[in-house]
Amino acid sequence: MVETIKLSTLAIGASAVVREYPKQGNAFLRLREMGVLPGTTVTLIRTAPMGDPLEIKVRGYNLTLRKTEAEHVLVEPIAPRA
Amino acid sequence: MSTAPTSPGPARAPVYALVGNPNCGKSTLFNALTGLKQKIGNYPGVTVEKKIGTAYSQHGHALTIIDLPGAYSLAARSPDEAVLRDVLLGRRTDTPMPDRIVCIADATNLERNLYLIHQILDLGRPVILVLNMMDVAAQTGLVVRAARLEKELGIPVIPCEAINGKGLVELKLAMSRHDLPLSRHSWEIPAPIAPAVSELAASLVDNDQRGPLIARAEALLLLTDQDTVRVAGSRPLSARTTEILRSWEKRWQGQGTDWAGALVNSRYDAITELCTHVIERSAVKTGASVSDRIDAVVTHPLWGWLVLGGVMAALFLSIFTLAQVPMDWIGDHTAALATWVKHTMPAGDLRDLVTDGAIGGVGSVITFLPQILILFFFIGLLESTGYMARAAFIMDRLMSRVGLNGKSFIPMLSSYACAIPGIMATRTIEDTKDRLVTILVAPLMSCSARLPVYLLLIAALFPSAAVPVGAKVAIMLTMYALGTAGAFFFAWLFKRTLLKGEPPLMIMELPPYRLPKMRDVALHMLERAWLFMKRAGTIILGISIILWFLTAYPKAPAGSTDSQQIAQSFAGMAGHALEPVIKPLGFDWQIGIGLISSFAAREVFVSSMGVIFNAESSEENTAPLRDALLAAKWPDGRALFTPLVCITLMVFYVFAMQCMSTIAVVKRETNSWRWPLFQTVYMTGTAWLVCLIIYQTGRALGF
Repeated sequence: MVETIKLSTLAIGASAVVREYPKQGNAFLRLREMGVLPGTTVTLIRTAPMGDPLEIKVRGYNLTLRKTEAEHVLVEPIAPRA
Repeated sequence: MSTAPTSPGPARAPVYALVGNPNCGKSTLFNALTGLKQKIGNYPGVTVEKKIGTAYSQHGHALTIIDLPGAYSLAARSPDEAVLRDVLLGRRTDTPMPDRIVCIADATNLERNLYLIHQILDLGRPVILVLNMMDVAAQTGLVVRAARLEKELGIPVIPCEAINGKGLVELKLAMSRHDLPLSRHSWEIPAPIAPAVSELAASLVDNDQRGPLIARAEALLLLTDQDTVRVAGSRPLSARTTEILRSWEKRWQGQGTDWAGALVNSRYDAITELCTHVIERSAVKTGASVSDRIDAVVTHPLWGWLVLGGVMAALFLSIFTLAQVPMDWIGDHTAALATWVKHTMPAGDLRDLVTDGAIGGVGSVITFLPQILILFFFIGLLESTGYMARAAFIMDRLMSRVGLNGKSFIPMLSSYACAIPGIMATRTIEDTKDRLVTILVAPLMSCSARLPVYLLLIAALFPSAAVPVGAKVAIMLTMYALGTAGAFFFAWLFKRTLLKGEPPLMIMELPPYRLPKMRDVALHMLERAWLFMKRAGTIILGISIILWFLTAYPKAPAGSTDSQQIAQSFAGMAGHALEPVIKPLGFDWQIGIGLISSFAAREVFVSSMGVIFNAESSEENTAPLRDALLAAKWPDGRALFTPLVCITLMVFYVFAMQCMSTIAVVKRETNSWRWPLFQTVYMTGTAWLVCLIIYQTGRALGF
């Protein structure tokens, strides 16, 4: 059983593997086509000055999404390499 | 399968479509290929820019090039993407179906860029792939093996640096080839979905008159997107195809299959597999990239605001001050030209039509050009460097409170200078409803044309020099704040009622910072200016002539003064007719004339008041006009411009839609008269209501 957390609660600078998110809804269709898929590694780069939206790195480019969407994206954090 | 479809007829130059993700350097490549041989217009029925240019092959043959809007997927989610899809599928009657497709991919970000290109390869049409920004890729330690990609895909792959013109000759040579190979493109469709794809494709061929290859591609799109309208466009799918689609969806739902996810997944799997052969990451990883380091400052919780404030202040000040010089120059010269014509032409109606109507009208069109040029120079700069996306990122949280997203910020801010460039800048907002809401509220931001009106009325409000400047500034700021609050309130209201939609997405790419290419920025700026002249200029000119006619006819007896002329003109009659409506706000028919003449531009109020009250005043010295206003009386001897009326009138100018140029631009940008009319009614209605409350409350309190 893997430990998953919400993408919105991932620490800044931490990486995680996307495990699951809703199958329906415009936001998630778009996320999927932008290459955020179950199994994809994402890194949380930062949040905007007011805490929302988030900026993530995925497949080598930077993407923003709002917290309301990130709350539905379950990820499995990757332990930082020692 | 192996024959290239639709060989171009002898009379027609072959048509190439340029396709790629946003930020992949597509515009730079288009400009490099076509130079200044470009035609810019609109796709009929939608406000999506249509850019067609002509390039010449190495042998001197003309090639028609369509620059299609940037998109991430063929499953369209915005009007821009819908145009891309429809042109590629040959569904638009106003645009020739491209014979060949030139796909552009950013080599630094190949995986995501290949998603759209992968979808396009499904169409089975001749494709040339351009790998742009090879230099940047090399700098970041990526080795992209174009030859290997060419071998894998079976289509010409051209490494390129569009910004330096490298690879252009090779691209033109590939474009001139007669025998463009079709892609040996194949990818594995997940087993549970494959039969559905075949069944849907067969039905699309039989029932929806699609070609076999396009039918397969369309079947795949239908399965990745629940909303069939987004795939099929305006032409609805046949009942049979819809039935097949629904029955498969039902079956999969029962089995718990995520068909759309599985399709996107397997496409990305195919792309990832491709990329492992093509991309080599050199061992040296330099840590944080330049972009990351810039972003650490630019989106920093503290520095980010300072940078944004600085950039916006620079933009704002340059529109306000830098534009003033050429605007005054234009004003002076149109006035001088009018005077010259007055002296050379024999006196008469025709002369007045030329000087006051036509020259004045043309003057009021080109007087906006400096502001538009400066704003779009800045916007071009911000977009091509990548800062625009950061500004939207920073401002998104604030804008989301009223149901918009960060992309509405720049258009609304620009509207403080002038709503016209602000409204023209809303094209960067993809969502149609968000775009419309932004257009509807943008003119509530107090623009620079309201400034002279505020200044005059504040002078009339505080005639004595004893009043501290602070009080005047406070009144001025209150007016700006009132307009801003109104804009946010109505944005909030419209998003909840009239233009209710899903909360806007903020799924946006933050492209790496790049040095702008000045030629592209300049072209973009000139393009905007030209579009404004072409689209709005004619309407503005027409209304100017009508407004001139209203003040010039019927003619007063010879020897009358200008103020007698205007008093008995149609405008004067309209002022009188308007008086019962505006009397509850404390305004008389003379102010009514001022309100009507403000449709030419709000600052015209000041000069109309000068004519009506017979006061010689200049921009530097409004004192005579101020004194004339203070001396003005109602017929019963009460003072007209009481402090309460001055305040009420200012508030009227905050809310009312009184600018024909804005109306003309909104008409062009929304493609109908419905929205500018609605906007005029709601804004002016609000102005009337708010002024009624202020004036009547003030009266009741004894002011």
